[in-house]
Amino acid sequence: MELRLDGLSVVTDGRSLVRDLSLDVGSGQVVGLVGPNGSGKSTALRCVYRALRPSSGTVRVDGKDLSRLTVRRSAQVVAAMTQDGALELDFTVEEVIALGRTPHLRGNQALSRRERELCERAMDRLDIRHLARRGVLTLSGGERQRVLLARALVQEPAILVLDEPTNHLDVRHQVELLSLLRGSGLTVLVVLHDLNLAASACDRIGVLRDGRLVTAGTPEEVLTEDLVHDVFGVRASVVSHPLTGDPQLLYSLDPSL
Amino acid sequence: MPPEPPGGVKGRLASRKGLALACAGLFVVLLVSIVVAIGLGAAVITPGDTARYLWAAVSGGRVAADDVTTYQIIWEIRTPRVLLAALVGAGLSAIGVAIQAMVRNALADPFVLGVSSGASAGAVAVTVTGGLAALGVYAVSAGAFVGALVASVLVYAASSGRGSLSPLRLVLTGVAVSLGLQAVMSLLIYFAPDSEATSMVLYWTMGSFGAANWGALPVVSAVVLLGLALLYRYGRALDVLALGDETAASLGVGPDRHRKALLVLVSLVTGVMVAVSGAIAFVGLVMPHVVRMVVGATHARVLAVAPLAGAIFMVWVDLVSRTLVAPRELPLGVITALVGVPVFVLLMRRRGYMFGGR
Repeated sequence: MELRLDGLSVVTDGRSLVRDLSLDVGSGQVVGLVGPNGSGKSTALRCVYRALRPSSGTVRVDGKDLSRLTVRRSAQVVAAMTQDGALELDFTVEEVIALGRTPHLRGNQALSRRERELCERAMDRLDIRHLARRGVLTLSGGERQRVLLARALVQEPAILVLDEPTNHLDVRHQVELLSLLRGSGLTVLVVLHDLNLAASACDRIGVLRDGRLVTAGTPEEVLTEDLVHDVFGVRASVVSHPLTGDPQLLYSLDPSL
Repeated sequence: MPPEPPGGVKGRLASRKGLALACAGLFVVLLVSIVVAIGLGAAVITPGDTARYLWAAVSGGRVAADDVTTYQIIWEIRTPRVLLAALVGAGLSAIGVAIQAMVRNALADPFVLGVSSGASAGAVAVTVTGGLAALGVYAVSAGAFVGALVASVLVYAASSGRGSLSPLRLVLTGVAVSLGLQAVMSLLIYFAPDSEATSMVLYWTMGSFGAANWGALPVVSAVVLLGLALLYRYGRALDVLALGDETAASLGVGPDRHRKALLVLVSLVTGVMVAVSGAIAFVGLVMPHVVRMVVGATHARVLAVAPLAGAIFMVWVDLVSRTLVAPRELPLGVITALVGVPVFVLLMRRRGYMFGGR
C-alpha cells in the first residue's frame, strides 16, 4: 500500500512543528526521514499512527484519507514502533507481543492458533524467543526495542512507521533490524539519526529542517556534502560504499579541514 | 509448550484452565467466608446453622418461634452487612486495577487520585444540606458520584498540561486535591447543625459497614457488578492503555476516549461504594499488586481474580472490625492499613516484583 503525506501541518501551543509537509512512500518502499533534533520528524510520524491530529493536511493510504477511518481500522493497516516504550506494568515479552493483535480482535477474544504462531515467528525473526517468558521491565534497552518491533510486525500492517528503531541497539542488531525492514515487503517510513544507515537502508530519503521538507530523493541525490553542512552544520566527506555503492559519510571532528 | 518459567505460579495460572480453576476456588472460599462471617459476632452461630437460616430466608422456609431473634440477627443485620463488604471489596480492587492502568501509575488508587475524598465530600454535602432530596434514598449516592466525578475531572485536568499526562504530577495533584476535599468535608461536618461530628468524620474517612441494610444493596450490587463486567470486558484495552498513549493510538485504542469513559465508570462505582461504606483506603492500592504478583499483569486475568480476592479480604476485615473490640467497632481503614501494608511489603520483597522503577 502507498502512503502519502499531503500538505501536513502541525501547530501546538502556537508553535509550528511541521509545515506543509508532502512526502510519498511508494508501495513496498523504505523511505527514511532525517533531520536535526526538533525538526519535526517524530511529530510527522505521530500523525501517521494517529497519536496526533494534524492541524491541516492529510495522511493518505492508497489515496484514502486516514482520518476518516476509526483508530481501530487504521491500526489494522498502519503499525508503529514508537519511542515511548515506558512501561509501568510487568507484562511478559510474549504478552506484549500478543497485544499487537489488538486491532484485529474484539474485547478479550483469545488469540487463534494462527495468531499464536504469528507471534512465535515474529519472536524468531527478532531473535527474542528465549525472552518469551521474561518480564519486559527486566529487559535491556535493545531487547525492548526488538520486542516492540515484533509487536508491530504481529499487527500484520501494510504500512510500518518507526521512530528511531535503532536506538539502544548494538551494531549487529541495528544491521539485522534494517535488513529485516528491507526484506519485509512492507511500506516503511522510518526516522533515523544515523545518515549512513539511512543511506544503506532506504530507497528514498526526506530531509526535514524546522518542520519543512528541505529535499527528498534517492540517497545519492540527497546526501551531498553541501546538504549535510547546510542542514546538520557538520563537514562530511561523501564516499561510495566499496561493496554496495551507497553513499556513506565520513565525518571530521576538526572544523578547519 | 515452552518450559515453565521460574516462579511457577504465574506459569500455571497463565493457562485459561488454571485461571478458571483458581477463580472457582476463590469463589468457594468467598462463599464459605461469607457464611462464617455471618455466623460470627456478639451471638455466635455455627456455619451449619447459619446456612440453614440463610436457606430458610432464601427459600421462604419456616423458622421455629424460638429462633426468630437469631434469624433476624442473621438475615436483617449481618447478611446485608457481609454482602456489602464483599461487594465493596470486589469493587475497590477492580477500580484500583483500572485506575492504575489508566493513569499508568502503580501508586494510583481511588484514594490517591482524590476520587474517594470527592465522593465522601459529595456524600457529606448531601447529608448535611439535605440537597438532592428529590432523589430520595439515592441522594447520598448521587452526591457521592458527583463529588467523585468532580474530583477526578479536577485532578485529571490539573495534571494533564500540554496533552501529556505526567504520572508523577497526577499523583501529587491527586494527593493535594484529596487533602483539600477532606478539609472541605470536615468543615461541612463541624458546621452541621446536629453534631455527631467526630464519628461522622471517622465514618467517611475510615469507612464502616455499620449502616448496612437491605435497602442499600440493590443499587450497590447492580452498579458494582455492572462496573466489574464492563471493566473485565475492556481488559485488553486496559493492557494497551498501560503501554502508553502513543502505543495505544497505534494499536487502535484511542487513549483519550477510553480514559474519559473509564473516569466516569470509576467515579460512578466509587461514588456508590463510598456512599454506603465511607472511604476505605489501601484495598484499591494493595489488592491489584498482590494479584498481579500472582497472575501477571494481563488485565483480563487480574480483573478475574482481583474482585474475588478483594471480596474475601474485605469480608474478613469487616469481621475483625466488628468482633475484635466488640461491642465497639474499629474503623475499616485502620485494619486495611494494618493488614495491607506489611503484606504488601513482604510480597514485594519476596517475589522481586517490579513497579516500573528500574
